[in-house]
Amino acid sequence: MDLLNLGIKSIFIENMVFAYFLGMCSFLAVSKKVSTAFGLGLAVIFVLTITVPMNWLLNEYVLNEGALTWLGPQFAEIDLTFLRFIMFIAIIAAMVQLVEMIVEKVSPSLYGSLGIFLPLIAVNCAILGSSLFMAQRDYTIAESTVFGFGSGFGFFLAIIALAAIREKLRYSNVPDGLKGLGITMFITGLMGIAFMSFMGISI
Amino acid sequence: MSTETLEAPIVKEREPLLSKRRKKFVTDPLSDDNPITIQVLGICSALAVTTQMKPTFVMAISVIFVMVFSNLTISLMRNLVPTRVRIIVQLAIVATLVTLVNEVLKAYAFDMYKELSVFIGLIITNCIVMGRLEAFALGNKPYDSVLDGLGSGLGYSWIILAVAFFREIWGSGKVFGYPVFEKLGMEGVALNGLMVSPVGAFIVLGVIIWVQRTKTGYVEH
Repeated sequence: MDLLNLGIKSIFIENMVFAYFLGMCSFLAVSKKVSTAFGLGLAVIFVLTITVPMNWLLNEYVLNEGALTWLGPQFAEIDLTFLRFIMFIAIIAAMVQLVEMIVEKVSPSLYGSLGIFLPLIAVNCAILGSSLFMAQRDYTIAESTVFGFGSGFGFFLAIIALAAIREKLRYSNVPDGLKGLGITMFITGLMGIAFMSFMGISI
Repeated sequence: MSTETLEAPIVKEREPLLSKRRKKFVTDPLSDDNPITIQVLGICSALAVTTQMKPTFVMAISVIFVMVFSNLTISLMRNLVPTRVRIIVQLAIVATLVTLVNEVLKAYAFDMYKELSVFIGLIITNCIVMGRLEAFALGNKPYDSVLDGLGSGLGYSWIILAVAFFREIWGSGKVFGYPVFEKLGMEGVALNGLMVSPVGAFIVLGVIIWVQRTKTGYVEH
């Protein structure tokens, strides 16, 4: 039940985009068409569900204070947490590369639609941000998998909704200075208000 | 091949330290080519830390530091790094610099470190840093790159400070934690709770973009 609760929380209440502003760059840049937004959203879910548990393992067995005890008792004092950023980003970049190669081999049609977005994702703040939140909140492995998937799904919903609105927006007459980024900021703000209504829900 | 040609010194005019061309590296990103409002880079952190001025200020300084030194390092290494592995090299350098900032904050400003939490780490994936490394530092001399980093960093800083100013004064009636309205004797000024929430950030930044683009006449199609 706790896991379900965490899932709901990470999808709606603490949505990556509306509550923490993570992944805004690609959120704004790739939301002009629903089809491309769909591709990016899927790729984000995919990568997040894999990298957050991977980074959990890394954190638990290599980086945390005393995590290296499994190598021998003389390592109990070692604290490598200062290496967290560099290791997390390395894992993310490596995983993205790996996922790209596997998808290309297994399903060329999926690769066709996800392919171009995968390299973009390595530098998406939502991915690194989720891993950092996971480390900060001391999740267990089950929780971090659910959290990874939930955050990805939240991003997926948000980017598709925005892309759908922007497709319709093309027919409206927006003041010159507001065109593009400006009006998108306002729309995102209004969507944020809508997402605030999920606050306080728990199962 | 005579020795004379070898001896003839190659006279090359030295560019003054702050020539017009170089000044443009610093001034352009402030307004006409602003990283946030025109190029749409680095929005994530621009919104996340701006509920109050103080953490925003720390964030701005951290970003300027990371930008200047990563630009300098990449520019010094630009002829040594093979193009195929450049992204990883850039990520490694930026991550190292960010770790440095993080450790310094942890040691000397622990409260600030707690407040900014993951957002210092997210400077690594701040698109402005990577963008400038790709677009500028890989093809220019170290000194020019430092100026470019400084310019983009300042352009980013003033926007996030502006957003933070409006959010803090309307959201909690303070500037840098100083209760302005109370000290002016204006008790009971209505404060807008929306400004403190994420929604306020989007609206304020939207308005700033509107004003700024109207001023520079930039239109996106």
